[in-house]
Amino acid sequence: MSNITNQSLSEILESIKSKKISSLELTQAYIKNIENAKKLNAFVTTTFDQALENAKKFDNKPNNELLLSGVPLAVKDLFCTENVKTTAGSNILNNFVPSYESTVTKNLWNNGAFLLGKLNCDEFAMGSSNETSFFGNVINPIEDHLVPGGSSGGSSSALAADLTPATIGTDTGGSIRQPASFTGTVGLKPTYGLCSRWGIVAFASSLDQAGPMTKTVNDCSIMLEAMTGFDEKDSTSINKKKEIYSKNLKDNIKGLKIGIPKEYRVDNMPKEIDELWEKGKKILKNLGAQLIDISLPHTKYALPTYYIVAPAEASSNLARYDGVRYGYRSQKGKDLIEMYENTRSEGFGDEVKRRILIGTYVLSSGYYDAYYLKAQKVRQLIKKDFDDSFTKVDAILTPSTPSSAFKIGEKTNDPVSMYLNDIFTVPVNLAGLPALSLPAGLDKKGYPLGLQLIGKALDEQKILNIGYAFEKNCGYKNEVKKWWS
Amino acid sequence: MSKEKFDYFINGEKGKYEVVIGLEVHAQVLSNSKLFSGSSTKFGADPNKQVSLIDSAFPGMLPVINEECVKQAVRTGLGLNAKINNYSVFDRKNYFYADLPQGYQISQYKNPIVGEGKVLLDMPYGSKEIGIERLHLEQDAGKSIHDMDPSSTYVDLNRSGIALMEIVSKPDLRSPDEVNAYIKKLRSIMRYLGTCDGNMQEGSLRADVNVSVRRVGDKKFGTRCEIKNVNSIKFMQMSIEYEANRQVELLEEGKQIDQETRLFDTKKNETRSMRSKEDAHDYRYFPDPDLLPLKLEQKLIDDLKKSLPELPDNKKERFIQEYGLNSYEANVLVSEKEISDYYEEVAKLSDKKLAATLMMGDLFAMLNNKGLNISNSPISAKNFAELVQSIKSGEISGRIAKEVFEIMVESGDNPKKIIESKGMKQQSDPKELEKMINEILSKNKDKVDQYKAGKEKLFGFFVGQVMKLSGGKANPQLTNEILKKLLKG
Repeated sequence: MSNITNQSLSEILESIKSKKISSLELTQAYIKNIENAKKLNAFVTTTFDQALENAKKFDNKPNNELLLSGVPLAVKDLFCTENVKTTAGSNILNNFVPSYESTVTKNLWNNGAFLLGKLNCDEFAMGSSNETSFFGNVINPIEDHLVPGGSSGGSSSALAADLTPATIGTDTGGSIRQPASFTGTVGLKPTYGLCSRWGIVAFASSLDQAGPMTKTVNDCSIMLEAMTGFDEKDSTSINKKKEIYSKNLKDNIKGLKIGIPKEYRVDNMPKEIDELWEKGKKILKNLGAQLIDISLPHTKYALPTYYIVAPAEASSNLARYDGVRYGYRSQKGKDLIEMYENTRSEGFGDEVKRRILIGTYVLSSGYYDAYYLKAQKVRQLIKKDFDDSFTKVDAILTPSTPSSAFKIGEKTNDPVSMYLNDIFTVPVNLAGLPALSLPAGLDKKGYPLGLQLIGKALDEQKILNIGYAFEKNCGYKNEVKKWWS
Repeated sequence: MSKEKFDYFINGEKGKYEVVIGLEVHAQVLSNSKLFSGSSTKFGADPNKQVSLIDSAFPGMLPVINEECVKQAVRTGLGLNAKINNYSVFDRKNYFYADLPQGYQISQYKNPIVGEGKVLLDMPYGSKEIGIERLHLEQDAGKSIHDMDPSSTYVDLNRSGIALMEIVSKPDLRSPDEVNAYIKKLRSIMRYLGTCDGNMQEGSLRADVNVSVRRVGDKKFGTRCEIKNVNSIKFMQMSIEYEANRQVELLEEGKQIDQETRLFDTKKNETRSMRSKEDAHDYRYFPDPDLLPLKLEQKLIDDLKKSLPELPDNKKERFIQEYGLNSYEANVLVSEKEISDYYEEVAKLSDKKLAATLMMGDLFAMLNNKGLNISNSPISAKNFAELVQSIKSGEISGRIAKEVFEIMVESGDNPKKIIESKGMKQQSDPKELEKMINEILSKNKDKVDQYKAGKEKLFGFFVGQVMKLSGGKANPQLTNEILKKLLKG
């Protein structure tokens, strides 16, 4: 059973159900992998004892009726987990142990899974390379000098390195899809409001959305189904009937209309990204889909809009980390103001400070109208572009990222070039739409590249179906050599 | 009502100044739980015992609007004859303070739930309309306690997240008396509605007071100063007096008034600068992305409107029509819902006019002396009505009534029982009275002669004797009549 961990979640679930493997054996196999993969720095916290307990409990009284029966899962350290330290990759929360469980993780556990550990991420999910984490950068299992993407870099790395059968991340501007693309895995950002935000450390409330990261599209549908559900504790949660994505997964996409937006062909985009896009179009066409050229004219404003809206919300969301009630508190300072200043100076890293400053600036009186208000208006136009297009097409196909994984340290001193990594992903968050990143091929260096399928709001099933058909016909299989063990 | 003239002006050497006042009243919404969390709002709990993870702003916690608080705000808006906005937005007001866990207060900035309205004041110089600019919902902050430890500040978050209604008036008030009447009217309306208990000692009602002065006749407002967080009507009045005079002095000296926020020092009876306009916070308001805009269906508003209780203004009109009260009486009797309820119960069972007179006289004086209010009056409305009727029917005299009243206060007993057990019933039988009077006249023949000779003052002596003989129970009117008749004969 030594190979169990490189199987897909659905295969593993099958093995547990048919008693080919016990939950304990499975858990032990992952623990062994994790211990051998410390170099990747994917974990902030491991909960092995608790996981082994849960595995034993399952084996004693197996309930195979659930979606995730007997499966250990590691999750991004942005999800609050009851009695397990939750850091958001930040010094300011490095001693924070919640007394509560986020709705999304609770949904996973209610579906039979249990916690294996907490995965590293960019500090407060701000970053595209997992280099802003207080707990150090994460390494991409593809090669030892590559970033795994971000902010869900611990999640993508752990998944690609077989340290967890599936995982969850959060996506505010591409934080699931970009790392999935960089590691050859599948990542879905659901429609805004489909997953509850309750208990997830907030970055930008109007954009944040949790989603699954998996090895296959089928796994993705299982995880999505397990995570979602209306939550009255989140006022932005969508109240609708729960969908059975995994049962409804179909690979027949004949007649579907796929939009190809001309604005996603950007300057200086590597040729291989273009070629990958062409390959994707061809595959879908061969499966009977109809390709339609569309225009999303406000695309070029998406990145600047995002970098006003997200920092503005973040500057306010992160005000609660003041050292007064929980988390890190500086011992220096003679009064309240100095306590704040020292706590936040020592508690936050540079990227977080940069975004708090930007956000504070754009909300300031005299600048609000020129920045924040204007950005909100542009956001409406971006959303409208998509709405207009979706009257003509069923889904939109684009590259996930403008490049493959870059080197550690390559962009740390150039925030703008770092931000440009999100150019294809942020419009989706601004519009609140679902989008799926699929592994689609390799660049000439042998690094994975992804394609993105954008769907209508709440049309997750359709993009999963297209992704499922694509995956079967793409001929791409992620190969990760375990160079670290 | 006597028509006095409005005359609150400040006389300087260079002229007469008018004081312009606007109030931002913070009224705590009556609700069981907080505006965005399920924590209790009960007053007086031990520190930090009514604090949820949301109130203390733990990571990942989200606000969920409390529907009852929204309804309370709508009811209040309707009570203020105000426009209810079907669309309103919750914004974040960002600032750092130890008792503000989120680092922002959730409030309503550009789109409040209630728009313009009005409140009517009854002033000695006539009725005056005060405009309401808006009413919005917001969260209260916690409480910082600086005097428990020499080197630390303690924070109590029980109040953190409790719903407040901020009711902003137009700058229509012109004197401390009008402020007094305005606050009382506002409180009365909210208590009728059950939307705020108006308890100023517990901090349920406080106000920021905006004061400016201008020369009488000037059209332009002067520069205003805002006196923050004043928690009693008396202090509001004192701070306005002080602040208005301070401003007039400055103007008289040819100096300018700086727009600033000031604090009222209740011990020294003066206002002190807290921060100038330049130091004013930039609150960086923006719509709270955790909350969707609040959309109210017209039906909800209509239903709330239909279920609104009768409010003081309407009740006053009805009291005048139905009970034949004058405007002053009606005004006093509707000032608090409990008083009006008591009166109506009494009036149903007894003489309406006499009931009003006795309530406003003896009953209120007694309550005032004992520091009680009508809801814990030792005399029930039913017993009070019986007392009124006993007087009206002539069963007891006004003088006896005072004695009965005292006994009712002490014992809480029913007046009939008291009158009977103590034999206090008025002697109103003319035959019995005549017998009694004849007896007295025959015993005092000399005085009868003197009376008949013209010493009419002696009439009082005879009355006194009758009262003495009857133990005070002789019906005074009948006694007078019979005495007169018999003395003539």
